[in-house]
Amino acid sequence: MTRGIEIRTSPHLKRVVTVDKIMRTVVLALLPIAAFAVWQFGLSALLLLVTTTGVAVLTEWWFARASGRGNTVADWSAVITGLLLGLTLPPGFPLWMAAVAAFVGIALGKALFGGLGYNVMNPALVGRAFVQAAFPVAITTWTPAFAPGRFTEVIPSTLTAPFMQPIAVDDWIAGLNLDGWSGATPLALQKFEHIETPILDSFTGMIAGSAGETSALLILICGLWLAWQRMLDWRIPVSVMAGAVLMALPFWLLDPSLYPSPWFVLCSGGLMLAAWFMASDMVASPVTAKGVVIYGLFIGALTVIIRLFGGLPEGVMYAILLGNAVGPLISSWTQPRVYGAK
Amino acid sequence: MAEAPQDRATAAASAPLLTQEETLTADTFIRGLWQENPVFVMLLGMCPVLAVTNSTINALGMGLSTTFVLVFSGILISLLRHWIPKQVRIASYIVIIATFVTLVDYAIQAISLELYAALGAFIQLIVVNCIILGRAEAYASKQRVLTTIVNSLGTGIGFTLALLALGTVREILGNGTILGISLFGPDFQPWLIMILPPGGFFVLGAWLLYFNWLRLNRLRRVTTFTGAPADAR
Repeated sequence: MTRGIEIRTSPHLKRVVTVDKIMRTVVLALLPIAAFAVWQFGLSALLLLVTTTGVAVLTEWWFARASGRGNTVADWSAVITGLLLGLTLPPGFPLWMAAVAAFVGIALGKALFGGLGYNVMNPALVGRAFVQAAFPVAITTWTPAFAPGRFTEVIPSTLTAPFMQPIAVDDWIAGLNLDGWSGATPLALQKFEHIETPILDSFTGMIAGSAGETSALLILICGLWLAWQRMLDWRIPVSVMAGAVLMALPFWLLDPSLYPSPWFVLCSGGLMLAAWFMASDMVASPVTAKGVVIYGLFIGALTVIIRLFGGLPEGVMYAILLGNAVGPLISSWTQPRVYGAK
Repeated sequence: MAEAPQDRATAAASAPLLTQEETLTADTFIRGLWQENPVFVMLLGMCPVLAVTNSTINALGMGLSTTFVLVFSGILISLLRHWIPKQVRIASYIVIIATFVTLVDYAIQAISLELYAALGAFIQLIVVNCIILGRAEAYASKQRVLTTIVNSLGTGIGFTLALLALGTVREILGNGTILGISLFGPDFQPWLIMILPPGGFFVLGAWLLYFNWLRLNRLRRVTTFTGAPADAR
């Protein structure tokens, strides 16, 4: 085959990075976090992650088939959605609710918009927001980390029959005879009782919380590796964290007994996971270099505002969904000037 | 009631745009129920559709009220169609519709205060429901009384069925009950979002998806059968 001279605009040299390669790398970066979640919360967390990932992939497969878009499961994006969703849910979350969340996330958050590349918002967070509104009690029922026997038995609420209320976990937790279990996450403790968890605990993840959001250190390492691999835009997580710190700092300086310290803000809740793996969603974030910084600062600041003044202890989910919603607007505001134009 | 031929002639002269009067067929009724369903096809009256379908009984109450107003305002407008001046017809229709809405408003208040409280302002808002004004302008003002009654009944029942389609799904998922009767026992986990406003949008969207899917499938079958191009509607 002879090739003529190819005349086209730059770039002429491109790195061969396909969608599925990026997605596989992100999955690889998420695996240590998932493994930590399983080590920390045991069998229940494993079942949760398997359920969300499985349902997400099945939903993706079915919608792609029904709409004639071919097999889009192979691009691995549904696996990321499922994994991320599972990591943001409480470890004892009933599996049927997790399946609902995964289905809604892929179907409503992605497939109905036309699949990967067309989704306005992060599909995993759409699914989580749906179950947060549908089952507000189940999604705020926390169970202790490092429970004895976590690898041999599941948290009772995990295996709730479909469409039934989660089985109460109070008796099970009481049976564990744990010292100092208050039934709250560090964020809730800080918000409602103004008790700040030791920073080392929340940094390393020795705390209760959503399955994969506990260890800020591990998420940081995995995220940095991903950024080093050039699979995510480092500006997004950095500006999200900067936005959160800048917003939290004045309040903390004003009254440290009432407001959380900036490092506590960074290490608690889902902020770290959200900053590195959700806000940086390539489809739902703005496309310009200046735009992503505005977008990140907006998400970080909004998270802190919701945490400090909203009704819920955690606000990073809504902050990112709102950030996704205004993303296209930010993109159009920050269009770079064409070289040579006035 | 039979009309004298000269009456028709004067009517035609005073309103040259008058469309031909429809002869009564089964289609007069079924059209509003299915092909021209006010909610799932014409997407009219979305405000009550989304707002009061959080339970089956509310949906039924709203649907029947609207049907009543639709039929009786249709009768009156059809009877008065030769006497309502063209310039003030909308205002006249609104007065007629408002009369029947007031009737319904008081009737529901007398029958069930609970339902009245649940439906709230949406009973009064039937006045500005575009399904009713649309039927008045497009049908009742141009057609005989008998066909108007049948057509309004079809549209009204179509609207009621659509409301019920939303209301039952939202009540079953959001409360585990249907018409207040528990379906799954006390352990059922209600999907709170379904009885909140977002649930209305989700369920409406799901039904529209289903009906469009049905329509496209039928279109595809017709296409393969006749060999006509796919975009020929």
